[in-house]
Amino acid sequence: MPHQRPLSPHLQVYRWSLTMLMSIVHRATGVALSLGSILLVIWFAALAAGPDAYATAQGIVASPIGLLLLFGWSVALFYHLCNGIRHLFWDIGMGFEKAQARRSGWAALGGTAILTLVAWGIGLSGAM
Amino acid sequence: MAQFKLPANSRVQVGKTFPAPSGAKRVKRFVVYRYDPETGENPRLDTYELDLDDCAPMVLDALIKIKNEIDPSLTFRRSCREGICGSCAMNIDGTNTLACTKHIGEVSGDVRIYPLPHLSVIKDLVPDLTHFYAQYAAVEPWLKTKTPTPPDRERLQSKEERAKLDGLYECILCACCSTSCPSYWWNDRYLGPAALLQAYRWIADSRDESIGERLDALEDPFKLYRCHTIMNCTNTCPKGLNPAKAIGEIKQLMVLRR
Repeated sequence: MPHQRPLSPHLQVYRWSLTMLMSIVHRATGVALSLGSILLVIWFAALAAGPDAYATAQGIVASPIGLLLLFGWSVALFYHLCNGIRHLFWDIGMGFEKAQARRSGWAALGGTAILTLVAWGIGLSGAM
Repeated sequence: MAQFKLPANSRVQVGKTFPAPSGAKRVKRFVVYRYDPETGENPRLDTYELDLDDCAPMVLDALIKIKNEIDPSLTFRRSCREGICGSCAMNIDGTNTLACTKHIGEVSGDVRIYPLPHLSVIKDLVPDLTHFYAQYAAVEPWLKTKTPTPPDRERLQSKEERAKLDGLYECILCACCSTSCPSYWWNDRYLGPAALLQAYRWIADSRDESIGERLDALEDPFKLYRCHTIMNCTNTCPKGLNPAKAIGEIKQLMVLRR
C-alpha cells in the first residue's frame, strides 16, 4: 500500500434522526446528572454545616445562574427518567418497530416537558 | 475514546464539476465522494450534473450513466440492480441504502453520495468490508447439531417454528445497518447489527442444538452489549428488517437463562 487508506465520513454526513438524537442526549443527561449529584451533596453538606453555610449555598442556588443550572438539571433528570422508562420497555422486548420507537420518543419528550413544568410550578408556588 | 473528527488524510476536499449538457431541462446535481489510491491525495467531492429526462430513475442508474458517459474512473460495486445482492450499499442523502432501490426523486436537492460510513476506503465508493465479513463468520452462521441426522429424512420444522425465521433470514449482508451504527463506528469489538441479526437467526432456529454455546460466545461487554438501541440499524435497513429487535431478543435470552 503506497498510502494509508482514508476513513469514510461518518458523523459528518449521517442524517440525524429522532432516535439517534435522543440516544446521545440520554447519555449526555446521564453525565450532567452525575455532576449535578455532586452539587446536591455540596448543598446538603452546607445544610449540615449550619445556618451561615446554608444561607451562602441558598444564595448561590437562588441566583439567576443558579436557577438556570437548576432548571437545566431538572430537565436532564426528567428526560433521563422518561427515556429510561422507554429503555425498560425495550428491555422487555416492546416497541422496536420504527413507528413505535418514534412515538415513544415523542412521548418521552412530552413527559419531560410536563414533569418539568409541574415540578417548577409546585416549587415556585411553594417559594412565594 | 470515540474519535469524532476525521483523520487528516481523510478530510474531504472540493473536487471537479462536470456541467450538464447544453439544452438539459431537468438538471439534478450528484455530489459524489472520490478517492484515488494512486495519487494519495485526500478524498474529494466531484459534482456531476445530469439531465433527469435522459436518465433512468434509480440512483444506481445515475452512477452507471456517469461512469459510462462522463467519468469512467468512477468506481463502485454493483451487480443485481434489484436489491437482492447488497453490492451497491452506500450512503445516499445522509442514510445508508442500496443505490439500486433508491429513487432519485426521493432526494430533494443535490444527491450526495458517500461510501458506507466509518470504513477504510479502497477507492471512491468501495469500502473495505473485511472486518464486517470476519464478524459474520465469527457468529458461526450455520446449523450446529449434536443429535445424529435422521437417516431417512431432513430435520423437520413446524410451520410455526419456520415462521420465527421470517424477518431474519432475508438479510443480504449489505452492511447498511452496521455502518449506520455510531456504536459500531467507535467499537471495533462490537459485532454490530448485521452479525447479531444473523447470530439470532440461528439461535431462533428450532433445529439448532447449540443455543447455549452461541449465547456464551455473545456474553461479552463489547460483542453484544455495545448496542444502546439507537435504532439507526432498523431505520436504515433497505430490506425492512429489524436488527435492533433481534439484538433485544438476544439480550432477553441472556437474562432468561440465568
